[in-house]
Amino acid sequence: MYVAVKGGKNAIENSLRLLAQKRRGSLKVPELTVEQIQEQLSLGVARIMNEGSIYDPELAALALKQAQGDQVEATFLLRAYRATLPRLGFSAPLNTEQTHISRRISATFKDIPGGQILGPSYDYSQRLIDFSLFKDVQLEIVPTGEKGLTEPFASVMSLLAKEGLIELDQIPDGDPEPIDITRTPLKFPAPRSARLQNLIRADEGFLLGVAYSTQRGYSFTHPFAAEIKYGEVAIELKPEELDFSIDIGDIEITECQMINQFAGNNEQLPQFTKGYGLVFGHHERKAMAMSLVDRALRAEEFGEPIEAPAQMQEFVLSHSDNLESSGFVQHLKLPHYVDFQSELELLRRIRGQMKQEVSDE
Amino acid sequence: MNEIEQRVEGFNFAYLDEQTKRMIRRALLKAIAIPGYQVPFSSREMPLPYGWGTGGIQITAAIIGKKDTLKVIDQGADDTVNAVNIRSFFSRTTGVITTEKTSQANIIQTRHRIPEQALHEDQIMVFQVPVPEPLQDIEPLKAQTTKMHALADYGLMYVKLYEDITQFGKITFSYDYPVMVNGRYLAAPSPIPKFDNPKLHQSPALMLFGAGREKRIYAIPPYTDVQSLSFEDYPFEVQQWDHPCAICGSRESFLDELITDNDGTRMFVCADSDYCQTQADAS
Amino acid sequence: MKPISQPLLKVSHLSKSYGQHVAVHKVEFDLGYGEVIAIVGESGSGKTTLLKSIACLTTPDSGEVIYQSEQFGDMDVFRLSSMQQRLLNRTEWGFVHQHARDGLRMNVSAGANIGERLMSLGQRHYGKIREQARYWLDMVEIDPKRMDDLPSTFSGGMQQRLQIARNLVTQPRLVMLDEPTSGLDVSVQAKLLDLFKKLAQQLGLSVLIVTHDLAVARLLADQMIVMQDGKIVERGLTDQVLDDPQHPYTQLLVSSIIAA
Repeated sequence: MYVAVKGGKNAIENSLRLLAQKRRGSLKVPELTVEQIQEQLSLGVARIMNEGSIYDPELAALALKQAQGDQVEATFLLRAYRATLPRLGFSAPLNTEQTHISRRISATFKDIPGGQILGPSYDYSQRLIDFSLFKDVQLEIVPTGEKGLTEPFASVMSLLAKEGLIELDQIPDGDPEPIDITRTPLKFPAPRSARLQNLIRADEGFLLGVAYSTQRGYSFTHPFAAEIKYGEVAIELKPEELDFSIDIGDIEITECQMINQFAGNNEQLPQFTKGYGLVFGHHERKAMAMSLVDRALRAEEFGEPIEAPAQMQEFVLSHSDNLESSGFVQHLKLPHYVDFQSELELLRRIRGQMKQEVSDE
Repeated sequence: MNEIEQRVEGFNFAYLDEQTKRMIRRALLKAIAIPGYQVPFSSREMPLPYGWGTGGIQITAAIIGKKDTLKVIDQGADDTVNAVNIRSFFSRTTGVITTEKTSQANIIQTRHRIPEQALHEDQIMVFQVPVPEPLQDIEPLKAQTTKMHALADYGLMYVKLYEDITQFGKITFSYDYPVMVNGRYLAAPSPIPKFDNPKLHQSPALMLFGAGREKRIYAIPPYTDVQSLSFEDYPFEVQQWDHPCAICGSRESFLDELITDNDGTRMFVCADSDYCQTQADAS
Repeated sequence: MKPISQPLLKVSHLSKSYGQHVAVHKVEFDLGYGEVIAIVGESGSGKTTLLKSIACLTTPDSGEVIYQSEQFGDMDVFRLSSMQQRLLNRTEWGFVHQHARDGLRMNVSAGANIGERLMSLGQRHYGKIREQARYWLDMVEIDPKRMDDLPSTFSGGMQQRLQIARNLVTQPRLVMLDEPTSGLDVSVQAKLLDLFKKLAQQLGLSVLIVTHDLAVARLLADQMIVMQDGKIVERGLTDQVLDDPQHPYTQLLVSSIIAA
């Protein structure tokens, strides 16, 4: 006599126990510390701070530990946590011109005011696996002088703006508040503030693919990297009780300003157009991808026909969030046997009917 | 069997903060005032992934109170892993009584089924919805479907039904079968088998639908007309089986098909575990 | 009883620009019941923009289109709500596009294409919808056996005839055609026009047809309007205008056919 399988609860408890063991791995190996992850896997930490939408390197490191290194799971932990946090206020817009520079490069001019500062980057390395890393590395710490660039220098964009060659940042009519997509559901067409917010927290892989498509003929933006910088910037907050802003700390950011295809018509002289990317931590690939997609999504503003997926707001913005995409793709693992049963029954009926019709003829 | 799990400290009652609950309740009120209309809401990240019931969970979290009794089912059963997980989540964050008996629950959160047992006026069904937009497969752009709903312009759906009949001799929706709510809005009833659609029509219970990932809430108030789409000469029909339930003998419930051995021997058993138990106990 | 002196369609002061470019400039004309008017001109004359403005497929900058509707009485088309405009476009009006893919659903059977308007209006009997589809396929001389085939399997001429059927199924009073024969072989063009002329007479249709081909105008239209650079430069009975053009531009158009 068949007895329906019960005990889902026990099965789950066992599964969670196995998971904890898997995460810890062999007990002969020392446990990873959150500090180690934060210090030595900082690029991974940067990625999930962006997708998790919260600047807290320590928490991000913890999430990575808890998630066994799975970036999307770690992002999930951060976002779910973020959703419980109370909102204290809004900072003043970041003044990225006052970034304490670790790295600053431009592809548009050979030399720029302040110079090209290479900083720490894989760009100049050769990707040869370094087997010596199997052992602890003996590092020679050479004093870098904590110099960075702090004197004000002209940004590349401002130099072009002086000549009128680049579009000025337009304040939209009525100077509306930027949309917060975590408080207001996205509607299409979405304003640029909502789009940029969506892109910062977008899955890096998806964003990179879409950005790449713009360079392969799926929309034409002819981009040039005017300025990419990585460094620290101060966050200012003006609490309700005070009349002035206070500096509540510094965060690391990467900013990318792209110059794109010029646009103009008979009424207006043509100018270069912009794409913008801004992310937490050191994360150039994402910032650059973001700036390319930002520009592609501005197609309508410039009267460009919308033909490529990168230009289609609904396509890009609806599929960029990896919690949504991962959740829905993986939800297929959930039981679907009732809907499947429905399909089976329907298919059997249709086939039965068709066979009947054939034999009737 | 009724259970009370120890309520875990450190969370607000039902996990969501009160502001969020208020926001969801406002969306629910709007949804109830406009039966079948999809109300956008700013869905929160929940401890379960998008696509796994966060919409339903947010609705339940927004309406549940200390005195409520909660039932959670998936595919009609209480002990499928997803149902267990969600029930446990609410136990830990509210401490309310949970039950497997449909008759004793006043909030029933469900994935893919409506209980066989007739519902009454004091009950609220909360549906987990993957795709709230009934037109999505024929028109993916929200900018377009929003217009279609606003203008009650559903010709395209009927074209799809027409083509189904032309190609297959019948309408090929077997679950998530589109319905017209209150004669005005086309809605997706969630992936319940079409077998369950008639239960939506003029039900004494309040039906709430939550899509967390897609960020939409909609509702069917009690005693609302709900019609499954069809043609006059191709009327709506429900699934049927040739066998009774192998356990309780019912010929009126939706049956799961179970494969019991390597030769492919099949057994048909009620999907609704509580109903099956109740029927078996009665006979 | 409607006063017969009122035109079916009265277009006044219709203008539309795209940025600096003036596409249509203060165009005025009347279309009477059962009348066929051809709007001719070269590409860039504004004739298609004019037609699309009247059909509410694009929004003009200024002007009025007063239409004698069976459902709504006489109304300014641009003052209607979206819902009313949609209804009008599905019942009393028809629009045949230059390219079949703009006027048909290419991924849906011929029968469904014809039946769509009926279903939009609430027709819920599958058998009756098919009957109507069969009837109209026959009327446009397409074998009804092809009812379940996709338009992509039809020839260009057949696709245009299917478009016509799709529009006529709700028995509209006004049909607008935008270069319906371009891209078709000359013999196919002639067949299509003959068919349409026959149907228009049979059903008492009022027609606005946009074309750059004067031969099309000659075949179908009672009246002709000649456009250049967004303005009407000449109008009158088709035969008169073609046989004795007054405006230099019209003369140029007419003489170029003779030369060819």
